[in-house]
Amino acid sequence: MAATTSTPDFVAVETLAARIPNGARIALPADYSGCAMTMVRALMRRGVRDLHVVSVPQGGFQVDMLIGAGCVARVEAAAVTLGEYGLAPRFTAAIRSGEIDMWDSTCPALLAGLQAAEKGVPFMALRGILGSDLLRVRPDWKVIDNPLAESGVKDPIVILPAIRPDVALFHALKADAKGNVWVGVQRELMMMAHASKTALVTVEKIEDGDFLRDPELAAGTIPSLYISAIAQARNGAWPIGLDNAYPADAKALADYAAAAATAEGFARWRDAMARDAVHA
Amino acid sequence: MIGAIAALLDGLGHVAVGARSPIPGSAAHLARARSGGALRVSILGSRRHSSFTEGARELFDCAGQGRIDAFFLSGGQIDGQANINLVGVGDVADYPRAQARFPGSFGSAYLYFVVPRVILFHLEHSPRTLVPKVDFVSAPGTSPPEVYRPGGPHALVTSLCVFHFDRARARFRLASTHPGVARDAVRAATGFDYDEPAAVPVTPVPDAGQLALLRTDIARTIADTYPAFAAKTWGIGPAPR
Repeated sequence: MAATTSTPDFVAVETLAARIPNGARIALPADYSGCAMTMVRALMRRGVRDLHVVSVPQGGFQVDMLIGAGCVARVEAAAVTLGEYGLAPRFTAAIRSGEIDMWDSTCPALLAGLQAAEKGVPFMALRGILGSDLLRVRPDWKVIDNPLAESGVKDPIVILPAIRPDVALFHALKADAKGNVWVGVQRELMMMAHASKTALVTVEKIEDGDFLRDPELAAGTIPSLYISAIAQARNGAWPIGLDNAYPADAKALADYAAAAATAEGFARWRDAMARDAVHA
Repeated sequence: MIGAIAALLDGLGHVAVGARSPIPGSAAHLARARSGGALRVSILGSRRHSSFTEGARELFDCAGQGRIDAFFLSGGQIDGQANINLVGVGDVADYPRAQARFPGSFGSAYLYFVVPRVILFHLEHSPRTLVPKVDFVSAPGTSPPEVYRPGGPHALVTSLCVFHFDRARARFRLASTHPGVARDAVRAATGFDYDEPAAVPVTPVPDAGQLALLRTDIARTIADTYPAFAAKTWGIGPAPR
């Protein structure tokens, strides 16, 4: 999964899923911004193991489904929740049983860690956090005295290690033939791509031309140099919505939340999903 | 609750509303209407009601610069020193295992420090949620003097009452009870100790005009981000795009 400098490969969804090895540290976006749900289902089918999921900055349906399917060893997130659909049931059960490891964070700390990786520096400093038990459960976070403070002034400040995922995985509206991907104002996706060693992307459509030459599109486009492969997946964010394309499928999300309340319910949901070719 | 929270926002310039906060979101929009549009409201996760174009991090960068005057936080547990717990119930030594796991700290461990007026809210006012000491400190209510902290807790609004927080004393003080709620009922439902004046006022309720506004324009605005809440509370969907 070395960084690529040539045009990304255009591949099928299953091929894209095969590029995520067991044990990968994988960055996934929050539910409001470009979730590659077709890929999540492909990863469940493949039975990927021991993922270290980095939720940017919080996790939802994707993380819960992957945990339920036994794909996850560790979650690094500021929160995991199904939002209006309640607690994330498989996540909650896995924490209670000790099945997964948890690296609790706070949103700006996670984003700052990714920013450090974007810059290629070892850490980023952030205000706040002092006195929080997060510092007790995150031994990789350190407190230093601000070395630039006026002499004699004590100014403790938290530093956070760079977060450099092996791969960023997300879904976007469109890619061009050169492999540039337009994400609009979903800037977390851009940050994830910059910070990660590489990005794997699904898109609704692939268009001719070059988005970088279009001033309307260029600022919201991730250049292909950060991306190693792209797969087309229509309705690729379903049942979560996609900005500028389609809304969330509230019934399907509520059905999942209800089913996943128990391990048996989750297994039935997963079997039904595997049978349903439309949403493969 | 919406009216009580809106009253705490009067006179401010920029209020941001985070995840899982439909009631504060409604209150912020009510306060915006009361300010004649002078109050800027940014709702995370809402394309149309957010001033941000740089993704999630812009809210935090903005807050770090002092550009956000008020924010809302809740917690599975809140204690009498305004420490909040969004991680879980159980001994922190057992972490990451927990008897009950909450979603997580979101932006609390940072925003509680940098936003001047943080308003805590909780729909369930009970000894289970308002505790003597939280099991896990997601974000502390107060900090030692050497810690950079322009922000912190301002008030706690619950289904029963409004508390104000005294940062110097690190204690809550009962500011008002909602209509029909006795002060003894508040005491019985609160797991932490707090101060109480001789006479406790009643929380003012929105007038008819404000209620009408809540049930129409604001309900549609909120439905954009919290469709299930708006449907349940007001029976209304998002405005057409």
